[in-house]
Order: sequence, then C-alpha cells, then structure tokens
Amino acid sequence: MKILTRFLKPAAAIGLALISTDAAMAADAPKLSAGDTAWMLTSTALVLMMTIPGVALFYGGMVRKKNVLATMMQSFAITCIGTIVWMVIGYSLSFGDGGGLNAYVGGLDKMFLSHFGKDTLNGTIPESVFITFQMTFAIITAALIMGAVADRMKFSAMIAFIVAWLIIVYAPVTHWVWGGGFLSGAGVLDFAGGTVVHINAGIAGLVACLMIGPRKGYGRENMAPANLVLSVTGASLLWVGWFGFNAGSAVAANGSAGMAMLVTQVATAVAALAWLVTEWIVLGKPSVLGIISGAVAGLVAITPASGYVDPMGALWIGIAAGVVCFIFAVGVKKIFGYDDSLDAFGIHGIGGMVGALLTGVFAVKSIGGTSGLLEGNAGQVIIQLEGIAATVVWSAVASFAILLVVKLLFGLRVEESVEVEGLDINLHGEVVQ
Amino acid sequence: MKLVTAIIKPFKLDDVRNALTEQGFQGMTVSEVKGYGRQKGHTEIYRGAEYAVNFLPKIKVEVVVSASDAEKAISAITAAAQTGQIGDGKIFLSNIEHTVRIRTGETDDAAV
Repeated sequence: MKILTRFLKPAAAIGLALISTDAAMAADAPKLSAGDTAWMLTSTALVLMMTIPGVALFYGGMVRKKNVLATMMQSFAITCIGTIVWMVIGYSLSFGDGGGLNAYVGGLDKMFLSHFGKDTLNGTIPESVFITFQMTFAIITAALIMGAVADRMKFSAMIAFIVAWLIIVYAPVTHWVWGGGFLSGAGVLDFAGGTVVHINAGIAGLVACLMIGPRKGYGRENMAPANLVLSVTGASLLWVGWFGFNAGSAVAANGSAGMAMLVTQVATAVAALAWLVTEWIVLGKPSVLGIISGAVAGLVAITPASGYVDPMGALWIGIAAGVVCFIFAVGVKKIFGYDDSLDAFGIHGIGGMVGALLTGVFAVKSIGGTSGLLEGNAGQVIIQLEGIAATVVWSAVASFAILLVVKLLFGLRVEESVEVEGLDINLHGEVVQ
Repeated sequence: MKLVTAIIKPFKLDDVRNALTEQGFQGMTVSEVKGYGRQKGHTEIYRGAEYAVNFLPKIKVEVVVSASDAEKAISAITAAAQTGQIGDGKIFLSNIEHTVRIRTGETDDAAV
C-alpha cells in the first residue's frame, strides 16, 4: 500500500503535466511518439541485419569456395562505405531541399548531417532515427548489385563504383519517390523501395554484368554453390529483417505497419512455394536454392506493395513473383546467356518490376489511401509504369556511365589468373580453411 | 612389408575397421577421397544450371602389414566392404621398403 501511494503522487503530477502540454500544443505539430520511435529503432537494426549478415551470407554461400570471403567482404565494406557516403551527401541529396531542382534531386542543406539536433523530429520520430533507417536502405541497395558481378570484380573498382552510384543513382531515385520529387508528385506508389531499391539495384546489376562480361568458364565449368547452408541462413535473416524493411516503412507503430508485416509474410511464403512448385514441375526436383530464391523474390515483389495491398493481393503478388522470377533467373538468363551470377536482375530487378506493377493492380484504398485497378482505378497501373520506366532508364544510363569511368580509371575486372585462383587469396590474402 | 590400399564406400568404413581389428591389425590411415570407376556420378542443378558430377565421395583405407598377413587383410576388407552394388571399390597391394615406429625406433616387421 505504501509503495502505491509513494508512486501515485509523482505519477499523477506527471500525468497532469502531460495532459496540459497536449492541450497547449497546436493540433498539427507532430510530437515524439515513443511507440513509433521504438519500432523505427528496431526496424533500422533489422534492415542493417539484412545486409550484414543477411546478404553477406545469402550471396557468400552461393559462390565458389575460393570467393566466399571476398563476396562477404563486399557486403561488409559496402555497409561501411555506404554509411559515410550517406552521412556526407547521400541523405541530403535524397531528402534535402533541392530548391529549383527539387523535382529531381535534393539539396546540400543536410550535408554532413549537421542540420539537426538530438531532439529534432521527423514526423513522430527523431530525425536521427529516420536518417539511420534510410541509410540502411542505401546500404542494402548497393550490396544487392554485387550479386550480378560475383567472382570477378576488383575490390578497388567496387569501392569507386559504389561511392559514385549511391550519389548519382540511388539518391536521386530516392528523392523522386520519397523525397518529394516528381514520381511521388505523379502518384507513384512505392511503400518500401520496389523501385528505389530493387529495380534500381537489379538494373545496375544487369548493366554491370554485361559490361564486365561472364565468368571464365561460365556455362562449362562447375560453379556450384560452396555452401548453401550459408545461403539458407542468409535468406532467413533477410526474411526476418524484411519486416523492418516493409513494416518499418510505415515509419510508425500502427495498423499500416501491422498490415505491411502480414502481407509481407503472405507474399514471401507464397512466392517461395510458387518457385518451388514451378521448379519441381520444370526441372524435376524441389530444391533448397529454389525455395529460398522464391522467398526472396516474394520479399522483393511485396516491397512496393506492402503498404497498399491486402493479404489476398499479397497472395497473387507472391505467385506472380515466384513464377516470373523463376522464368527470368532460370530460363531467360539461359536463353540470352548473360552471367547475372546471383540473379540480381532476375530476382531484384524483375521482382521489383512485378511488384511495382501489381501494386497498381491490387492497391486497396482503405489500406494505403489509393485504389488500384481492381477497385476501378486503372490509371494507377500507368502511373506505376511511369515510376518503373524512370527508374530503369536512369539506373541503366547512369550506372553505365559510372562503370565506364571506373573501368577507365581502375579497370572493372580482375586479372584472369586472379579469377582462376580465387578472389579471397588474391584480393584479400585470406582463405576459408 | 606390404601396403594394402582400399578404396571403399564411405558408409562401409566402420565395418572394414572392425573386420581388420578382429584379424589382429592394429592401425590404419583413412582419408576422404573422390573417385569413380563404373559407378556413374550424379547431376546437380542450381537455379537451372546443371553440373554433371562424376566424382563420388569415397574413403581410402591404408594399412601396412607384414607380407605374410597381406592376403588375410585383403580378404577381411573385401568381405566387410562388399555390397554387391557397382561402386564397392578396389584394393591395391604394393611394396613397402622400410617402416619405423617413431616412438620406439623399432623397424620393419616389429614396427608394423
């Protein structure tokens, strides 16, 4: 009894103070939400985990043993480099005020992250949390590209490419969709980054793999994954982490986040099974690499749709992603012969396009505020196509230009002897025992 | 002295070890190897990329015995390692010039 009364008085005092503060503040100004902030802090950690060790393991397990360390190194190094680039200029170009050019790019007003204080808010969460959350998106986008050029890219060239790419390609596209640029103005729906992250990375990957050329022995030599145990582990971490990616894109701990989490789960599971069944029928066996690839395809496709569709929409998106990405990663790649080694384009590029397009079909007004084709708004599909096209064109052209410059300055591809002996020992002086 | 080298199916290792021990052979060296004879390999498929893998995992058992015991060792291994299926393996017999037990310095038949 004594304890209760001891705490009751101060509790009542605090309660009264809070209530009177509420009443005093204007109805419009957002205030710090502890729930939103807690969730976004968590989401940030989850999305970081998607790169390290998620992508690191997912990709690392798929390459040959002689390149496992080098592949994981790419994810880890990109995490570090991406952090600095984001801090120096990436965030500012993505979310800053571009003045007259604001339709296309942000400004330099947030460079070096010196524009805010500890308690500055971005909506209902601290600006610091929003910055870091978005940083993890930039990091994983860059890390995903490397899947297309596995086993053969120079480490120095990778660093130069990533720095330039984040500034010239990633930041503008982010600004177009989330930073107040022309795509958001046009009404493009991209909840968590189908265009910004996946189409962007997938197209850059495709351009990169075409420019760098196929691996020596591609199509003839045995390039079986060194250790799919790593890849399954990585894919699992990606799935779990993706709740931070999609549900975290609600930037709030609310129904939108909850629904995003649910539809993410549905689409992923369905896509995994869709790929698995397709593979079972077409190739004869349901494989481990197949089920995790399908799952990732589903995660990618539901990304733009996660805040706009309902579970049934997610189910159809999952089926489409599983089947279409299988066709591209297994069939189309073989037909055209390009060495998109770990299917950055086949899964992220194509999955992102499938998802972005289907967002225009399955968007439910009561969930995300906009109707899609099924609710009578066919125009949304056209708007989605605009977003896809803009991303594809800019990513392709700008990535190509950057790679050309990097090629001239550093060379893109390792020496043949290095590629044959392995990247781990030659680039980093280390081996997996 | 003779070196008895047996390439066997991996799951037969315990049977072979027990059989040799029963016949009085007190040591062996075992390594994991790959190989093929008449047994065909398998095909692995990764996202549609097919790889024909001809080499199958096998175990190589090496035992150095005195010349008079060579046939006894070969019989024991053959009986223990046989399944009747293709891929049971092979046994090779070769000469050993000199043997030393490191701990004691004993040589040849005393070291086997």
